[in-house]
Amino acid sequence: MTKSPRLWLLITILIALVMTTPIWVLVSFVFESGGNNWQHLMDTLLPDYILNSILLMIGVASGTLLLGVPAAWLISHYRFVGSRWLHWALLLPLAMPAYISSYTYTGLLEFEGPVQSALRETFGNGISLWFPEIRSVGGAILLFSFVLYPYVYLLSRSAFGGASQHALEVSRTLGAGPYKSFLRIALPMARPAIIAGVTLALMETLADFGAVQHFGVDTFTTGIYRTWSGLGDTSTAVQLSLVLLAFVGVLILVERWSRKQQRYFGGHAKGDALERVALSGRRGMAAFAVCFLPILFGFVVPSGQLLYWTVTTAETGWNNEFFELAWNSFSLAFITAVVAVILAVILAYAKRISANKTVAQTVQLAHLGYAVPGTVLAIAILIPLAWLDKTIDDFFFENYQISTGLLLSGTLFALVFAYSVRFLSVSLQSVESGLQRIKPSMDDSARTLGASSWNILGRIHLPLMKTSLLTALILVFVEVLKELPTTLILRPFNFDTLSIRAYEMAADERLADAGLPALLIVLTGLIPVIILSKLMDKSHA
Amino acid sequence: MKRFNFTLFSTLFMAVTLVMPVHQASAEEVVNVYSARKAQLIKPLLDEFSKESGITVNLITSKADALLKRLESEGRRSPADILITTDAGRLHRAKESGVLKAEIDRELLDKVPANLRDKDNYWLGLTTRARVVVYAKDRVDPKDLSTYEDLADPKWQNKICIRSSNNIYNQSLVASMISHQGEEKTAQWAEGLVKNLARKPKGGDRDQVKAVAAGQCDLAVVNTYYLGQMLNGKDQAQRQAADKVAVFWPNQQDRGTHINVSGIAITKSSKNTANANKLIKFLLSEKSQQWYAETNNEYPVLDGVQVSDTLKSWGAFHSDSLNLSKLGELNPAAVKVMDRAGWR
Repeated sequence: MTKSPRLWLLITILIALVMTTPIWVLVSFVFESGGNNWQHLMDTLLPDYILNSILLMIGVASGTLLLGVPAAWLISHYRFVGSRWLHWALLLPLAMPAYISSYTYTGLLEFEGPVQSALRETFGNGISLWFPEIRSVGGAILLFSFVLYPYVYLLSRSAFGGASQHALEVSRTLGAGPYKSFLRIALPMARPAIIAGVTLALMETLADFGAVQHFGVDTFTTGIYRTWSGLGDTSTAVQLSLVLLAFVGVLILVERWSRKQQRYFGGHAKGDALERVALSGRRGMAAFAVCFLPILFGFVVPSGQLLYWTVTTAETGWNNEFFELAWNSFSLAFITAVVAVILAVILAYAKRISANKTVAQTVQLAHLGYAVPGTVLAIAILIPLAWLDKTIDDFFFENYQISTGLLLSGTLFALVFAYSVRFLSVSLQSVESGLQRIKPSMDDSARTLGASSWNILGRIHLPLMKTSLLTALILVFVEVLKELPTTLILRPFNFDTLSIRAYEMAADERLADAGLPALLIVLTGLIPVIILSKLMDKSHA
Repeated sequence: MKRFNFTLFSTLFMAVTLVMPVHQASAEEVVNVYSARKAQLIKPLLDEFSKESGITVNLITSKADALLKRLESEGRRSPADILITTDAGRLHRAKESGVLKAEIDRELLDKVPANLRDKDNYWLGLTTRARVVVYAKDRVDPKDLSTYEDLADPKWQNKICIRSSNNIYNQSLVASMISHQGEEKTAQWAEGLVKNLARKPKGGDRDQVKAVAAGQCDLAVVNTYYLGQMLNGKDQAQRQAADKVAVFWPNQQDRGTHINVSGIAITKSSKNTANANKLIKFLLSEKSQQWYAETNNEYPVLDGVQVSDTLKSWGAFHSDSLNLSKLGELNPAAVKVMDRAGWR
């Protein structure tokens, strides 16, 4: 007890420092002058960026809640038609990159697309005046909600399924109906997990570039890119992304506040098997509809469109290169997932056992990486890595006449590091919300029995948190698989991934040819999602 | 659980050691390429080059701005020998930020018309792309069309489609107009154009062609090769859409149609400059030039190269002879003009 907190403090602060280096690099741009570009932005586009970003946040928060929470509740407490496969199928949209989904939906629903063309043929040209524009803030909200709700679903499902079971049984025996016990017991207890899920969805929304760019919705991210690329002004672009970070800072504070307001520690994470109530007839069908709708629009429709393109209009078909692309994507995603989860466990655990406020705050900082648009993050990583490379190279050259070249920034190290910075928040959210459901009294009893901190971590927490760890693993894995902007900037020579291939086709306006690599991303993501989902089932039962 | 962790750790270590040696320097002849051209439009040529010359080509494709940032931060340690972009503005920016060197062989520079290369010989154009007006064959009389300037005329109200001003080709077009007639006139023009738009700017160039075909607008401003790809593609809907429009070459009576280039430069850090020149020579060969003209319907920078039937069908045109470095210099000004005009 005497030594270990100090050790933890050191480790935590070290990790957090390394993981937040890119953020500090960004902050160092605060005082750089970008000429009069700020004035220009305030006069022209900045109000739009702010308004659109806020609208998106409100919309996506509501959308992901509406889609994710009811489905999670139904799946964890009821049995109905298809509930067995819906259970994992609800995760499928995770494997669908938002920008790919945006291509398919515009292809289907735009003025020139098949849906509106068919409607015009049937009802006359006037119908298109009434047809809602898919490329709009509203369209973007729907799109993100259908692609990102799995975060809310996954995190709230593990909360519903695990700790709250006992309290629920009690409430039921005290005569509360299922509806009432959901609202009064389960929902408040799962609140930290639900909010963690929404926070993830919102951060991802704010950092997205591909989809909003395609939809012509001006957000902070498109603004950052435009300032950098169009005006050639890195300083103002970075300062814009700091404003975005401030947005997210507020978001994280709100989330933390909500956790403080309500702290529940459920005891029986490994309690009795769930007694799921059977729903049949019309109620079963309704439950099915609630759970199938998100899959339909988040996964089936866009994959269907991709498949259609691949089969009918793609110019390039399958070739052996795809094996290599898939392997590259898979191995990167796997390595990063493991790294990010290990780091998250260390940080989350340090925060839990240390009374030190600095630790808690440093861990909070580590979340920020997720909200930085990939392009900006990649640049913020290039700068310190290049400096480090230079230092190492100089050292070796002076002492041994060996040039080490770009040891870090020119290799996969840069990519894995960048992904870990970016997705640490994802694994942290999941691990932290898992850890929060373990009673501190358990730690105390273990300590009285002479267990060390490491012992408590290894023998009590980790087994109890298996679900949360697996969740974190899946989420990071799939995130890396889909990731585009960082990969595009930081990868080494002759190293392409599926998402790179999909992007290169799409950016060349060959959407049909982007179909196959995109489908492969989905497939590669699917397999581990299903396997891990089954594993989670077992650890519950 | 303990064993599970152990497995994870060992897998991790194995994976890391397996993946790391991707980057390895060796004694063989190489040339390292940073390309903003997408892999599908450069890799086949690079493979052919390797086969002919025995020189290994290493490739990273990315966005031009990203490659430029990477070159800047890598400095003299950068492994890159070659930078390829799909617009002249970015090459100019690379030159300004000091990551290029002017060591392209004289004989290669001389092959390329003077306005399609840097005046200080830092870069040269490989292919030309023209930004033209396409019109609906059934609704527009080409006699009513004349210049880019004319697109701001109120007679085209609600008739024009164009993509977002985020796009580099729109930025370059506006930069060329600023260069020819000053910022004030261009600003007025941009406002007039925005008033004439049939819909909010969105989608890519192909989408604008589709919108004209579907009747949402009568005119669109697009790069020719997109239309060429649509006409020759497998997608029947796109072929039909492309068939409904025709190409109009703007400003034939005065300065000529706006063009841009995809171009190439040698980086300052290059340690394989001789090989880099060999690669440039290969890309300027008649065979490579023809490949671009046929696969992607881009115009060769060399005279007398065989081009695709699609390109032949559009005929010859008079192109703007503005030195393309100007496009890079005026790009920020162009973006601001478009911002103020409300061109999204």
